[in-house]
Amino acid sequence: MDNWIWHTERIPAAITAFLTALLGNPQLVDLVKMILAAALLAGFVSLTALSLVWVERKVAAHVQQRLGPMRVGPHGILQTLADGLKLLSKENITPLEADRFIFHLAPLLCFAATFVALAFIPWAPDLQVVNFNVGLVFVLGIGSVGVLGILAAGWSSNNKWSMLGAMRAGAQIISYELSATIALISILVFAGSLDFREIVASQAQGWWIWRAPLVGIVAFLIYGIASIAECNRTPFDLVEGESELTAGFHTEYASIRFAMFFLAEFVNIFLVCSISATVFLGGWMPFHIGGAAGFNRLADLIPPWAWFYGKAMALVLVFMWVRWTFPRLRVDQMMRFEWKFLMPLAFVTLAVASCLVTAGWYFFPG
Amino acid sequence: MELLKAFKTADVPGTEAPMAYEDYFVNMGPQHPSTHGVLRLVLKLAGETVLGVTPVLGYVHRGVEKMGEAMTVVQFTHLTDRLDYLSAHMNNWGWALAVEEALGIEVPERAQHIRVIMAELTRMASHQLWWGVLGMDLGAFTPFLYGFRDRERINDIFEKTCGARLTMNYIRPGGVVQDVDEDFAKDVRAFLEYFAPCITEYEELLGGNLVFQERTKGIGVLSADLARSLGVTGPTARASGVDYDVRRARPYGIYPQLAFRVPVMSAGDCWARYQVRIDEMRESLGIVRQALESMPEGPVRAKLPAIVKIPKGHWLSRVEAARGEIAFYLQGDGGEKPWRVKVRSPNFSNLAALPYISKGHRVADIVAILSTLDVVIPCIDR
Repeated sequence: MDNWIWHTERIPAAITAFLTALLGNPQLVDLVKMILAAALLAGFVSLTALSLVWVERKVAAHVQQRLGPMRVGPHGILQTLADGLKLLSKENITPLEADRFIFHLAPLLCFAATFVALAFIPWAPDLQVVNFNVGLVFVLGIGSVGVLGILAAGWSSNNKWSMLGAMRAGAQIISYELSATIALISILVFAGSLDFREIVASQAQGWWIWRAPLVGIVAFLIYGIASIAECNRTPFDLVEGESELTAGFHTEYASIRFAMFFLAEFVNIFLVCSISATVFLGGWMPFHIGGAAGFNRLADLIPPWAWFYGKAMALVLVFMWVRWTFPRLRVDQMMRFEWKFLMPLAFVTLAVASCLVTAGWYFFPG
Repeated sequence: MELLKAFKTADVPGTEAPMAYEDYFVNMGPQHPSTHGVLRLVLKLAGETVLGVTPVLGYVHRGVEKMGEAMTVVQFTHLTDRLDYLSAHMNNWGWALAVEEALGIEVPERAQHIRVIMAELTRMASHQLWWGVLGMDLGAFTPFLYGFRDRERINDIFEKTCGARLTMNYIRPGGVVQDVDEDFAKDVRAFLEYFAPCITEYEELLGGNLVFQERTKGIGVLSADLARSLGVTGPTARASGVDYDVRRARPYGIYPQLAFRVPVMSAGDCWARYQVRIDEMRESLGIVRQALESMPEGPVRAKLPAIVKIPKGHWLSRVEAARGEIAFYLQGDGGEKPWRVKVRSPNFSNLAALPYISKGHRVADIVAILSTLDVVIPCIDR
């Protein structure tokens, strides 16, 4: 295992060495590295969003026994590119009497929030755009900016349906964020750190989903459900509610602005699945069984970034499967579910987790 | 709009508290994904709570009844299947019955059997579409495509028989337009075989889902008394405990010779309406099977005079369409054209229940209620 596929930490080191030799000035080197990282991240985010749109259609096609995109490119892989071109060429309409500034700002807010948050996720031992000692808190904080975008979009559109969608979004996303965060905290008490890198490192003995007895799986499910709600996906897609609110908060958006909301949703799905994979499923940590050296060596054959990406994508597929199976909840049922069931359960989980950690009752305590 | 003015926020349970918001009006439709066509509902809302609904009709009004008075009775058959296009065969049949009664025509036995098979296949096709659309209205897109997948098979049978897939125009005064396709019996048997397990799949995919049950149980409760007083018929009325089915109450065709059950529920909510229609699909399977097995050989159309003249007098025919009782009133003055044509549409009466049963529910419930009332707008506007 000596090449760069397994040891991705060599890539940043090599780039730094190259830039230092080229530019000399360490501040300049840092600046170029920042620009490079931002560009790479932007490229990755766009590519992820585009490919997820395609994946979603394919999953839907399989669930619903139809073809999905099949014409543009092999198995329709160029379909989203074609869609993108089409969306770009559409007229970019701003409704009369809309609050123009906020109306134009809203899609940017949504997109930027998810884009920035992805920079903190560790892909491999040393493949992470920003390493931050309270990374998780920062990601949760920056993630909430997305709801601001949706609220702004609905409010500024000058449309009652959009307004209803925005009000629902405010109630929904803020409520479910609480459960999601508490579920994450239940695992943080085990991991003992807010740094993504350390959270992954703490799972060398086993992933938290089963290392924390019962609490791990319960917290994982709570986070999963709450994050579906945060992404406004079925059964919690009340914000769009196309059969009730026509399209909810983005009814009035056309062309590239609509595309930005759309792509932000997909990046957001990938983001919450990445967080879930990192905190509950060991991030880039391969699947290891204590004592089974042969098996562990086999697992190590798969490079860490592939482990991470595989886990995140598996969760993304679950999101999509749920979307094409479930009907939508009603607004009051959704709120009742969160405040009367999910959040109390999350608090209980947190309490139990704290007791377990204090007593040291969890599997393979380091 | 008058109806809406009568509603006060304080009338609606759960909203008595002083309001920090204003009541407002929202147009649901005429272009809205869940109004199933060009229906406009004016909603009066307090937040998401519905204080009142007023359906505004007439966006697809074509003057069908008046047109019926300007053409011969055979020509008018063509317009009947364009009323409720999901009950095309039953509508044709209803009109044919009125004409046959007026002219005293005896319909051949084989045609009677074909009519029943076609009508029940139509009922299943209509309920399949309704089931799919109900899923989609509640945010589940997959049932929609499953419903269409199965409906295709019925449409294929229709296409082989008469060349059309939606506006069939196959049942005519005197019988049916031509004999069935030679593969007909085989195709129908294959469909019966295929569709029986599909109903179970429907029940598991949608009915078995907790979210779906939460969204439908106790929503839009229509009492039996209200249903009767509004003239609500069909599965919608039967879900409220009104045990009325034209096929049994005023038998026509060969229905008296067939054994079938009329599903009746008592709750009157969206869930009951869902259950009744699912059961009806099962019953229709049995009816088709019986009619197919007892279908005799022979002619499929009685001889009609070259020029059909409607004698003086008036006739009313009723049939059980997929959405309830559709009645055709025919009045003749001895000429070739009817003197008066009037259609009693089940959709119109069923929609009349909406303002009464949606008060106090949420916007999302209006979608569910409207979907389980299963209205087809062109039949309302005519």
